[in-house]
Amino acid sequence: MSGANRIAGAGRLTPAKKVRFSFDGEIYTALEGDTLASALLANGVHLMGRSFKYHRPRGVLGAGAEEPNALMGIERDASRQQPNVRATVQEVFEGMTAVSQNRWPSLAFDVGSVNNLLSPIFAAGFYYKTFMWPKIAWEKLYEPIIRGAAGLGVAPASADTDHYSSRYLHADVLIVGGGVSGLSAALAAAKTGASVILCDEQAQMGGALSYESGVSVDGVSGFDWASNAAAQLAALDNVRVLTRTTAFGYYAQNFVGLVERVTDHLADPRADMPRERLWQVRARQVILATGSIERHMVFANNDRPGIMLSSAARIYLNQYGVAVGTKVGVYTANDSAYETAFDLKRAGVSVEAIVDCRDNPGEGLLSTAADLGIQVLTGHSVVDTKGARRVSSMIVERNGGGARQTFAVDALIMSAGWTPSVHLYSQSRGKVVWDDGTQRFLPGECPQDCASVGACNGTDALQASIDEAIAAGVQAAVDCGKKPASTVITGEGAGDWTGGMAGSAAGAGADTTVKAFVDFQNDVTAKDIRLAVREGMHSIEHVKRFTTNGMASDQGKTSNIHGLAIAAEALNREIPQVGLTTFRAPYTPVTFGSIVNHGRGGLFDPARKTPFHDWEERHGAVFEDVGQWKRAWYYPRVGEDMHAAVNRECRTVRESAGLFDASTLGKIEVVGPDAAQFLDLMYTNGWSKLKPGRCKYGIMLREDGFIYDDGVVARIAEDRFHVTTTTGGAPRVLHHMEDYLQTEFPHLNVWLTSSSEQWAVIAVQGPKAREIIAPLVEGIDLSSEAMPHMSAREGRICGVPTRLFRVSFTGEAGYEINVPANYGPAVWDAVWAQAEPLGACVYGTETMHVLRAEKGFIIVGQDTDGTVTPHDAGLGWAIAKSKPDYVGIRGLMRPDLMADGRKQLIGLKTKDPNTVLEEGAQIVADPNQPVPMTMLGHVTSSYWSQNCGRSIAMALLVDGRAKMGQTFYVPMPDHTIEVEVSSTVFFDEKGERVNG
Amino acid sequence: MLLIHCPYCNEERPELEFRHAGEAHIARPTNITAISDEEFTQFFFLRDNPKGIAFERWRHMHGCGRFFNAVRDTVTDKFVTTYEAGQPRPDLPAGGENEKGAGK
Repeated sequence: MSGANRIAGAGRLTPAKKVRFSFDGEIYTALEGDTLASALLANGVHLMGRSFKYHRPRGVLGAGAEEPNALMGIERDASRQQPNVRATVQEVFEGMTAVSQNRWPSLAFDVGSVNNLLSPIFAAGFYYKTFMWPKIAWEKLYEPIIRGAAGLGVAPASADTDHYSSRYLHADVLIVGGGVSGLSAALAAAKTGASVILCDEQAQMGGALSYESGVSVDGVSGFDWASNAAAQLAALDNVRVLTRTTAFGYYAQNFVGLVERVTDHLADPRADMPRERLWQVRARQVILATGSIERHMVFANNDRPGIMLSSAARIYLNQYGVAVGTKVGVYTANDSAYETAFDLKRAGVSVEAIVDCRDNPGEGLLSTAADLGIQVLTGHSVVDTKGARRVSSMIVERNGGGARQTFAVDALIMSAGWTPSVHLYSQSRGKVVWDDGTQRFLPGECPQDCASVGACNGTDALQASIDEAIAAGVQAAVDCGKKPASTVITGEGAGDWTGGMAGSAAGAGADTTVKAFVDFQNDVTAKDIRLAVREGMHSIEHVKRFTTNGMASDQGKTSNIHGLAIAAEALNREIPQVGLTTFRAPYTPVTFGSIVNHGRGGLFDPARKTPFHDWEERHGAVFEDVGQWKRAWYYPRVGEDMHAAVNRECRTVRESAGLFDASTLGKIEVVGPDAAQFLDLMYTNGWSKLKPGRCKYGIMLREDGFIYDDGVVARIAEDRFHVTTTTGGAPRVLHHMEDYLQTEFPHLNVWLTSSSEQWAVIAVQGPKAREIIAPLVEGIDLSSEAMPHMSAREGRICGVPTRLFRVSFTGEAGYEINVPANYGPAVWDAVWAQAEPLGACVYGTETMHVLRAEKGFIIVGQDTDGTVTPHDAGLGWAIAKSKPDYVGIRGLMRPDLMADGRKQLIGLKTKDPNTVLEEGAQIVADPNQPVPMTMLGHVTSSYWSQNCGRSIAMALLVDGRAKMGQTFYVPMPDHTIEVEVSSTVFFDEKGERVNG
Repeated sequence: MLLIHCPYCNEERPELEFRHAGEAHIARPTNITAISDEEFTQFFFLRDNPKGIAFERWRHMHGCGRFFNAVRDTVTDKFVTTYEAGQPRPDLPAGGENEKGAGK
């Protein structure tokens, strides 16, 4: 037997198909198809968790997605441990390990339950009011203790070894919910030929038909009809049926996120199966058939294990064949609980009494109860319960007072009515409307191409739901351009689920101090909500945050309406005036795995590698990340640290030569008859007079006059420029150029093309640069007379086409060899074969930085920060004086940009040549001034320069150029550094070496 | 994720292909060096921040690369229409969602 509470002949599971699982170390037997909750109940286990705040013992409340109490850890192995799994959703598989949470040392004996005795001090708002003083105690005492006690479940300690998949899907009609309404809509829409997706969070289609025993549809039992309908739909080419698939978010323009649980129910999933599959669906029409969720009754001690929703008890009986108790009490404000009681009684379970707080239950219920021999107490309420780790009795009182009766029970099922599941409708930005007649929020006008049908739309009667769903299915298809087709489905025998109550029941009213739970998971009682109102929280949004009602992982599926009703009563307002909190995605918790999906590890962010990357790797480069680029940083030899390697590279470049991978430079091909005119507008410099074959350093401004980018531009032909940008600036510079070309200067005949990745670029810098490349170059006269500094030639190198630039970012004579990227590695090999015997080295970005700083060349974004003008940077010479217009010309005329007192780029030499300043350090005039000191500027670049034999730095300093030779101070946490203002050029001040 | 209609491609494409590019219908003065500081402030620094109908520039960055104009409701996020750069503001139906709006 798979548990003592399994009733022979009841439910749909097969008695022979047994599986074994463990819960907190105990081995239990379940049946295939059980959920963890049904399997534990079958074995008489009601105690499944502890509440969050008071650590009260809790059993399962529901049988589906709404479950607030029975949260567990499911462990497959060390890396696959999922906390906070709802036992009502997790299907049992052979060998499954489940553990309870939020208890120590054990579920049955939990030290934390002392909180329950201390509950008077843990009222709502406790945290906000208690841990205020002294300030120091927050960091040292309160926070560590609270953090230790807070939280549910334990996160796994190692990386998730499961994998997840992601799919996009387009469809005419997406139908969410596979109950009678969803299936009817799907059948109707599918018949028109529309492409249809039908999804449901359960393992099988059917929704409430899986437990509503009296229903028949088209002449067969409701559940059989649902199974047949699902099979019929799945067989159609135009329909995709997804089970175990939750629509968790409804976004703009009918974009709906679904997550399909693919392997969580399997004992031994194949390694190639994703654990979950994320479906990103764009549907032309959406039909929501999400049903409704039953509410509990709010009365004193309504949270003992064994007290649950009546629908849950009916599901456990009719789907899983499990009796939730042997002596069951019923407490209801609604007719639907009677149906559960009748089903239990017919299955041989003793129903001790139906306590109905109403005086007049629905028609025929009392006579059926009498026929079955069930005692019904109308106009009565359950005012308390007893029982330590499971309910043992209910105490019943006539409404308005009187003698109390005690009924011994081992389960108590309850129903306060049904709340339509408007979550997805609300996420679609639909506004819910209060229906006074039935006292519930219903979908109003749909802001998207969407319809709600059945119970979630407040349509309670079975045939009405079916008809509404068929009409919506046909309409959705017609709206997608399909021809209508007729579908007829006939259902009968459903109970009436309308009515019920919201708020606290008798004995838990405003004058009481009992613990009548509204939100089980967060331990929010009716009293807490009233306290919040007394404390001045008059908006439901404030009440929610003050009490945490509805903020647990179940997001208040059972508690929101009760909390709202209690707040409204305390505020003496109508429910719609108090308003409803906003429903937000996700509907139920979604794993990080399914959202992150493939975007992990190497796929988290693409790495960009230059054509020379493999060579660099083979030659021991250490790489640094520059945006998405992997750039060779330095090339340590055996025994060298970074400092030693960079010193050697710096010295070698200036003594002989060095090779540098400059491929990451942004490159834009600017072509057209108006190309020079366009560049005149985009850069401060003048371009019209630049001769083909010549290069120029250009500065690009934003309209406000600040430096946006810089780079060398080569004129390849009258109508063709090869523009280079900073490595990080390439996309935004092209965007900036395109913006002006398309929208401000559209009359110019110019084409812009990104060519950053088309060219591999080898910088060869140093006195031996020409000697290195000369044997490889054809068709270009490399002599300084024929090809001076800042010139560009087209020709061939190693037999392949090249654009050869004579440019220098080091101050040495040098070349940048541009070759088509695919030829890059071969050309690099050939150049290196020439260079190595001549004593040249290969150098990385760190050496590049040091060498350019020795020459005072700026790096945009390091020595400038978006508030630096060309004048500030000492680049006023690069502004053409006679041009009528360029981007930034008016910005530079702003008074603040022309005034004295701006920070200017200067050099700094530390008085102690061995001290290297920290980049970002502040500069002051008086080191003894009390804090806050007057800060005059900051260090932008700072290095040890082996070539200068001292430290060098650049800095932005107020009126810096007027302060050459003056002494300033750089205060550090434990000492002060004395510095002297200098030129930004530290090496070869006359600049003769570039012409060598 | 929004779908945006590119007036050049004449297709609805996902939001990821596009990039927002600020307020529309702000032309760079042709006599920019002659304008006053106040006029420059107005042109370069100040932007409307309407609740409701907004005129915006977008670029089909990862598609045709063209800049275009869009009318969008900042309350609902919905695009009312899109049109080519350089075209005048389109006539919009009076009333509509632009006046009220319920953003919280």
